[in-house]
Amino acid sequence: MQKQGLYTIQENAPLTRDVYRMVLAGDTSAVTAPGQFVNVRLDGCYLRRPISIADWDDATITLIYKVVGEGTRRMAGMGGPGAALDLLVGLGNGYDLAACGAAPVLLGGGVGVPPLYGLAKRLWRQGRPPAVLLGFNTAADVFYEQEFRDLGCPTMVATADGSYGQKGFVTDLLNTAGMRYDYFYTCGPEPMLRAVYSACACPGQLSFEERMGCGFGACMGCSCKTKYGSKRICKDGPVLAKEEVVW
Amino acid sequence: MVDLRVTLSGLVLDNPVIPASGTFGYGNEFKDFYDLDILGSFSFKGTTKEPRFGNATPRIAECDAGMLNAVGLQNPGIDAVIREELPRMKRYFHKPVIANIGGFSVEEFQYCCERIGKEEQVGLIEVNVSCPNVHEGGINFGSTPEGAAAVTRAVKQVTDKPVYIKLSPNVTDITAVARACEEAGADGLSLINTLLGMRIDLAHRRPVLANTMGGLSGPAIFPVALRMVWQVAHAVDIPVIGMGGVDSAEKVAEMMMAGASAVQVGAANLVDPFACKKIVEALPGVLARLGVERAAELTGMAAAKTE
Repeated sequence: MQKQGLYTIQENAPLTRDVYRMVLAGDTSAVTAPGQFVNVRLDGCYLRRPISIADWDDATITLIYKVVGEGTRRMAGMGGPGAALDLLVGLGNGYDLAACGAAPVLLGGGVGVPPLYGLAKRLWRQGRPPAVLLGFNTAADVFYEQEFRDLGCPTMVATADGSYGQKGFVTDLLNTAGMRYDYFYTCGPEPMLRAVYSACACPGQLSFEERMGCGFGACMGCSCKTKYGSKRICKDGPVLAKEEVVW
Repeated sequence: MVDLRVTLSGLVLDNPVIPASGTFGYGNEFKDFYDLDILGSFSFKGTTKEPRFGNATPRIAECDAGMLNAVGLQNPGIDAVIREELPRMKRYFHKPVIANIGGFSVEEFQYCCERIGKEEQVGLIEVNVSCPNVHEGGINFGSTPEGAAAVTRAVKQVTDKPVYIKLSPNVTDITAVARACEEAGADGLSLINTLLGMRIDLAHRRPVLANTMGGLSGPAIFPVALRMVWQVAHAVDIPVIGMGGVDSAEKVAEMMMAGASAVQVGAANLVDPFACKKIVEALPGVLARLGVERAAELTGMAAAKTE
């Protein structure tokens, strides 16, 4: 069940030059699956800003977001005693952990990496430790590699310019010797999702992004066509199963 | 004790607050946030004869104090609305609903109004002749008095339910369209629909919306909407439902003083899913401060005092 509330900002610090991590304290009971998102109300912005949940526990929600416009710029400047954000929480369907095979692989690109962290943690708890493949543009953009390793996940990084890890795209890492997987979970920019869709013969789940009005299924702003009719990225997604995706 | 009841063509609403079509779906997304029976009514998502996917995305853009949408009348079609949405709605909304109907020909408007008019849950029909985001057929019925009148006459022949025509603000003289609808037999008018607008993505050097243009809503349009409600209310003798940028009980009162008999709340629902609940709860206090005992007295109050 979706909830709206005020969440206290406990931490808000940069991970890279334009990617920040924010930890918010408040009621997290509405969060039920990794891959869900929150919709953030910001002074001076009419519409809320949808941000994926990187991780959560009984008392806090962790968001990792990239500064891309006015709204996220405002977010990056927030903090200090008493600072709080109005959030809609528990939005979207999130990843389905039950569908995963024996050997899941997670593929994240750029600011698509965060929701995979909460997913990796829960797959691990479920006894299905995933392999993690992360793609970034350049060495300066890399974040959370160590955090995934700390979970115990074998983690590899590719950068488009070769300045860190393997040169190339995240899908190139699938060809690494000894790489075995029978299910994939992915999140990233659409060209990357298309590449993952083509590169992985196995079933999997993809998390999509779209400009949203409300974030909770009312405005039909973020509709997409699927094999099973039109779906709302915010409500019926953002995660879609590979077999239902229509490009 | 303040009396919040208002009347639209014989339909008594417990209060004048109505979520606007296109911002409230068929109610399903809001029923978990609050009890929808606190509303006066709600106007469901614009429904057409055939199912429609709508326009390509992006369909949403933002601006100072408002937003643009170019959804393009996405809806499951009237068959699915009657078969699935209305029975489901019955479980969480126990008052007469406003059926918003869209169309691309006089015959389609007629077909949909005749079908939906037979549904006992429907209290009145709001005919959308003014969607700025659809292009099929090349006719925008709401843009001329003749077009709006033709639709009005046609739908009045096929239903006994009150028919309210939803007017476009994207016209030179909205009162001419309003009068034409009244003469053609409209029971009331709803206004305003969204104002046509656009944004450009500087980095990509192209319009933000895939549809290039979209409908502007939100607080930015309130003064324009209020002005048009005022003009139309002075030009016709049928009830007017006012809408456009309303996001507070004070603005509800302002719309009513300009001549509206009831008020719809649109974009505010998307930003704050509790917007209408908050407005309904705040309304008695606002009326008390104004020294008004019955909400219905507000209608045209500003006009009455200046004339």
